[in-house]
Parts: sequence; structure tokens; C-alpha cells
Amino acid sequence: MAEIVIKNLRKEFGSFTAVQSSSFKIEDGEFFMLLGPSGCGKTTTLRMIAGLELPTSGEIYIDGQEVGQKPASQRDIAFVFQMFALYPHMNVRKNISYPLVSQGMPKAQVKEKVAEVARILGIEDILNSSVSGLSGGDRQRVALGRAIVRDPKCFLMDEPLGALDAEFREHMAEELRALHDRMGATTVYVTHDQLEAMQMGDKIVVMNHGVIEQFGAPQDIYDKPATMFVADFIGSPPMNFLRFHESLDVGATTAHLHGEAVEIPALREAFDGDMVYGIRPEHIRLDDAAGYRGEVIATEYLGTTQIVTLSTSNGEVKARISSDQIAKVGDKVGLSFNGTTATLFDNQSGRAIRSALNEGVLSHG
Amino acid sequence: MSGFSVTEPSRGQKWIAGILVVTYALVTLLPLLWIIATGFKSPSDAIAYPPKAVFEPTLEGYVNLFTTRTRQTPDYLAENPPETWYDEIVRKYDMVVVGPSRYGERFLNSIIIGFGSTFLSVFLGTLAAYAFSRYKVPLKDDLLFFILSTRMMPPIAVAIPIFLMFRSLGLSDTHAGMILLYTAVNLSLAVWLLKGFIDEIPREYEEAALIDGYTRFQAFYKVVLPQAATGIASTAIFCLIFAWNEYAFAVLLTSGTAQTAPPFIPTIIGVGGQDWPAVAAGATLFLLPVMVFTILLRKHLLRGITFGAVRK
Repeated sequence: MAEIVIKNLRKEFGSFTAVQSSSFKIEDGEFFMLLGPSGCGKTTTLRMIAGLELPTSGEIYIDGQEVGQKPASQRDIAFVFQMFALYPHMNVRKNISYPLVSQGMPKAQVKEKVAEVARILGIEDILNSSVSGLSGGDRQRVALGRAIVRDPKCFLMDEPLGALDAEFREHMAEELRALHDRMGATTVYVTHDQLEAMQMGDKIVVMNHGVIEQFGAPQDIYDKPATMFVADFIGSPPMNFLRFHESLDVGATTAHLHGEAVEIPALREAFDGDMVYGIRPEHIRLDDAAGYRGEVIATEYLGTTQIVTLSTSNGEVKARISSDQIAKVGDKVGLSFNGTTATLFDNQSGRAIRSALNEGVLSHG
Repeated sequence: MSGFSVTEPSRGQKWIAGILVVTYALVTLLPLLWIIATGFKSPSDAIAYPPKAVFEPTLEGYVNLFTTRTRQTPDYLAENPPETWYDEIVRKYDMVVVGPSRYGERFLNSIIIGFGSTFLSVFLGTLAAYAFSRYKVPLKDDLLFFILSTRMMPPIAVAIPIFLMFRSLGLSDTHAGMILLYTAVNLSLAVWLLKGFIDEIPREYEEAALIDGYTRFQAFYKVVLPQAATGIASTAIFCLIFAWNEYAFAVLLTSGTAQTAPPFIPTIIGVGGQDWPAVAAGATLFLLPVMVFTILLRKHLLRGITFGAVRK
């Protein structure tokens, strides 16, 4: 297993720049998520690590070795495709043993290896069946089997759960994470599903338009977003954005939304101009005593919690509150914000303004 | 009844469909049946009017097809009794077999040229189609259109230039010349058909093979080719049928060594009355190789025709 270091990686397709200039480091044994909307460059980044695309510039180190311009076959990595890419003219056993055969491994040893992998994945009973008749989950397991059978330096996975039913995806995600924990293999996993990324990843890179927006642990990314894009992309419903204009000094702990003072984490930089007050729905409480007012325009019941949509003088706001609390459409209520969790953004650039909350994250983000 | 009903067809509909299919089969198979039957008729039965459906089968046609014969005097015939069964057949007409006919050679030519050009078309077509499908080829669309455009006029329109070219290049009446010509004509079809098939094979298969440690060529050979087998088989059938049946160029460009069967068969009629049974026998035998080839590959052919129509 190996650590992967990406330095100033860039990829252009003609005049289109798929990846601008990415740098990040994947520690040995990490489950690493590349997250972003479609077309953000995450798959291109993964394919460059795999050697299926060659970078326009920049370096890729796998296990300390620069492999940027090497063909895929010389990188000793395994790749799991979204559509599995099982060889349709071979049965399950042949599919799994194919990478070993290419290395010229003796037959007896291949057989042993395949049996071991089949046991790990629980697919011993389908080894001799054709891949065309398999269910989505079994295909996925065979694809994983083909990946792990070789003990590669790392696993690269391109939305491997994307082709599965929603119901089964959850189960497979757990299985994947458990497999990773058992094998301790460095894994790079591409997904556009933020829940999947949060649920499975040790670390997440959030990409947009070929640029890395933020890089960090799931919790940091959720609680301390570095940009408005990240704040909006992660979380369902996403972070609320309340726009306001003010001049704030270093150390300020209150901001004013439509004249009402709201708490903010102590600022570490001064800012003067259009800002955005970013607050997660679960950090908003309905509180009649609060001065900041809004009107309930919709409610969404989700079991233990409910999402209440309110219209305020700074636009629409969604709050996640307990289902016990009664909120009816048309109610005029007060909103209190858990200000220490709030993030202020520069409205123009979308970047987070440094504060007591996020300074540790932003400095190396 | 709507056009897209998914209900079981009723009994009546099944009957109508059955009658239609049988009628169609009869219409298309009747000439074939007539040719096969004529091959086993005697010359007089073959031209009998009204045509004879029931007749005494004879191998005369086949013997005439494969042999050359001369008429002999009664004295000679009396002195030399027939030695073989086919000699005996021709004695009826006071003839003796003096040697084999050219049919065997011409048939062999057809096989060499037909299968040779089919192999070459499919081989080159697969490589070209793979490149067009997978690589960035400069002016790809224009090149593909150019390739297709070679099919846009009837081939015979260029007969004279080709005739002159073949003469000055020394390709007239050679196997190589005919193989080249048929390959040139078939290649555009092969490239276009095969490109369609290869486009349908997801690139991920090759990429998976590359990652599994195979070279690009190994990935092509071990993963793409087996996947494209269906397309290759149906393309081969189309190419073979064209090369096998081609008549106009064969008449124009071959006369001896490289003459194929199609221009030869009508010449059998030639001397001493119209020998329809021999012509029919020649045609019947000529049908066999394509039929066998098609039957061998028919599983692929059927899948090939419907391939790509239904997405998985």
C-alpha cells in the first residue's frame, strides 16, 4: 500500500481545462473521497492517477515514485469502474484471475488467490457462472474481487455504487468501508453524492470547475466550509445564506442582519462590504423571543425532525427542528441562530472569512 | 388493434402471420428449387413444356458440368466400352469424356478471391474501425465520409479506368488483382459496419485490461476482438456475398487464370445445344459455400443485425 501525492496537476482537453492545478496528499491507508458535481474534474483527476489519461502538466507520486507519464499497466493500481467493466466473455473466476494471469502467476497460485478473494467477498458460489446473469451487487463484488486479488498499491474507484439501486447502495457502501478497514488499502473514491462521501471518507476533496474548493476531514468540511460552493454542495438541505452589508473589524463577535444583532465566531480578519451569513439548518431554532423574524411558508416532515422553510427579510431560510415543535404555514416566528457555528463569506468571491471557528482549517485548506 | 400492443397475438393473427411467412418463403425459394431441380433433369426434361414437376433424376447435368466430351464414331464406341459411370452417362449421346472441364478451377478461383478479399476487408476494416472509434484521428469525419463516398456511385461506373489501370499494372486476370479490387469495394462497408460495432463496446473494458497489466494491443486482441466477434462475423458475410456474386468486374477483368465462377457458368451453355441442366448444376454448387458460411455464422449474423437496437 502506498501514499499518493498530487502536485500542480493540470489537464486540458483542447481549449477546455478539466483540472486547473490540483495539489493534495493521500496518506497511506486512507479512504479518500473526490467529491463534486458532474464535470468538475474529479473523474479526470482519478483517471490521471490511474494512468488512463496523461496529465498536461504536474506530477503524481505513488509510493514515492513519479508516475505521471507512465502507462496504466506499469502503475500497479486497481480501478473499479462505475459500470463494473467485467469482461463479458469470461466467467466470474476468469474475470477475477485476469490481472494475475497477466503477471504470469502460476496456475495453482492463481486458483488459491481467487478462492481467498471469493471468500472475503462471499462470492464463492458464483465463481463459475457467467457475469451476464449476475445481479448488480454481485457484479460489484466481482469487480472488487478483480481489484483486490492483485494486492495493488491503491484502489481507485469511479462512482462504484452509482449503478446500484438506492436500497442496495447503502448496504454496499457499508461493505466497501468494512473491506477497506480490514485491508487498510489506500483508496481513492470518486462520487458526486455528498452523503456517500461523508459516510465513507476519511478525507474529502471537494472540486468544482476543475478547482479544489476544499480538502479536509468530512466534519471540517461540513462545519467549516472554505467557500460558499462547499457550504451549498454539502448538506441536505444546504447551508442557509443570508446576505448583508457591513464593516466588521478583527475580533468582532456580532453582525447585523436587517438591524438585528446576531452572534458570529470572533473574526480573525477585518472585512468591509457585501457578506453572507452562512448557517446550517440545524443551528436555527424557532424562538418567539428572538428579534429576528420570519414567516413559515412550508414544512417537510422527516420523522424525528422536520424542515421548516421560512421567509425572512434576507431571503428564504430552512431550519431543521424537532418534529415535536409545532410550526404551521403562515405562523410568524422568531429565529435564533447558534452563532458560534456560523461562517461569514465574502459575497463576491464566495470564500470564507477567517474566524475563530475556521482559522485552523482554512490555513492548510 | 394498436400498433404497439404487447398482448399475445390471437389464433387468427397467428394464422395470417403463418400464411404470409409461408407464401413469402415459397416466392423466394421457388426459383432456387427450380434451379436445384433443373440440375437433376435431362436436357429434354429441362426444356419440356409444360414444365415437369415430376421427372426421372439424372446426374447428366453434373457430369456435363465437370467434363469435356467429344462425339465419336459408332465404331469407336463399340470398340471401347465405357470405363466409368460418368462415361456411361455420356454414351447415350454418342460421346466420350476426354477430360475435366474448367469449372473446378473457376470454382477454386472464386473461393480464393472471395475468401481472400473477405479476410482482407475484415482485417483492415477492423483495424481502421478501431482507430476511428478510439483514437483522435485528424479530419475523422471527413475521412469517414470519403470512405463512404466510394460506395455512392455504381462500381461499374469506374470500370473503364480500372480496366486501364489493371492493364498497365499487370493486374488483369490475376488473383491478387481481383482480391485487391473486391477488398477496395468492400472496405468502406467493413469500416462503417465495424465502427458501429466497436463504438458500442464500452471503452472501460479496454481500460480495465490496461490497468490489469495488459498492453494496448493485448487489450485490443484479448478484450475488444472477442466482443466484436458478432460484428466481424456479420461484416464477413456481407463482404463474402458481394465478392462471391460479383459478375461485372469479373467478366471485364478476368478471362483465364483468375476467372471466377460467375462469368464462367453462362459459358457452359455454349456448344451443341443449350445445356440447361449443366448451368443449373453449376449454379447449385456455386450457392453452397456462401450457404455453408452463412449457416456457420448465422447465430452471429442474427445478433449482428439486431445489435445496438436494444440498449441493455
